[in-house]
Amino acid sequence: MKSLEELQKIKETQLEAIRLREAGQKAKIVVGMGTCGIAAGAREVMSAILDELGKRRLTNVDVTQTGCIGLCAQEPLVDVILPGKPRVTYGKVDANKARQIVAQHVVNGIVISEWVVNRGEE
Amino acid sequence: MEELALHILDLLENALAAGARQILITIEEDEDRDLLTIEVRDDGRGMGAETLQKALDPFYTTRTTRKVGLGLPLFQATAAQCGGNVTLESRPGQGTRVVATMKLSHPDLPPLGDMGATIAAALSREEPVELVYHHRRGQKEFKFSSAWLQLHLGEVPLNCGPVLDWIQRYINKGVAELYGGEGK
Ligand code: FES
Repeated sequence: MKSLEELQKIKETQLEAIRLREAGQKAKIVVGMGTCGIAAGAREVMSAILDELGKRRLTNVDVTQTGCIGLCAQEPLVDVILPGKPRVTYGKVDANKARQIVAQHVVNGIVISEWVVNRGEE
Repeated sequence: MEELALHILDLLENALAAGARQILITIEEDEDRDLLTIEVRDDGRGMGAETLQKALDPFYTTRTTRKVGLGLPLFQATAAQCGGNVTLESRPGQGTRVVATMKLSHPDLPPLGDMGATIAAALSREEPVELVYHHRRGQKEFKFSSAWLQLHLGEVPLNCGPVLDWIQRYINKGVAELYGGEGK
């Protein structure tokens, strides 16, 4: 498919998704992009997440990044925030783990406890 | 960092951390002069002379947890190894300009790498940033502008999965065409 036609399709689906959902009902995935994170593979983790979201046609998920959060040793770090749920931070994520996080946590709501380094308050 | 695109991502992160609203990336590959130039310019808060000096010092950190500048000495080392260097120009309130030069034919020159993933990563944020990526290689050039994309998208934000994924593929296709390939 030509890039621009594809973009137009994406736009229509997203507009539809915006119409359907209430504000704040969006899941959010945050990837740490400090120097250590980048060196540890954070960018590949983000690519894997984007690819997985695309394959699963998950349009109601925002993907954002944050700069350094001072946890070098645990990089790459990924936060998952589901609507109405506390933030869960995963450490030492690689592309493969990232795909599983999307599949288990984002889609099914099941936290993968072994990889969690921090949980937010309820 | 085994890709130039990862060094560039680090520069972009520095710019974003400095509150940049506009970022301009220019890559120029000049075979006649055997010169690769990578420039990242931002309109962030900039740095004073003292901070500027320290930014290229690997042991300097602006605060104990945030290692802004940690990536610059790494880039400097890579550039020096490839017969070039990194220069930094900045003034408080006026943004920062980083220019790296390297010898195109140098055997240690890292591959350009995944520019699509780098730019998608930099655009994956809630606060809007206008990013322009301009890549020239001989007679060919590729240009990407996030503002142009936003215009097309209307109220759809850049940082939703499918759009970022599209950006990544679009840029990689454009860059591949510079090298004569068809792109992925
Ligand atoms: S970049 Fe290492 S702790 Fe932030």
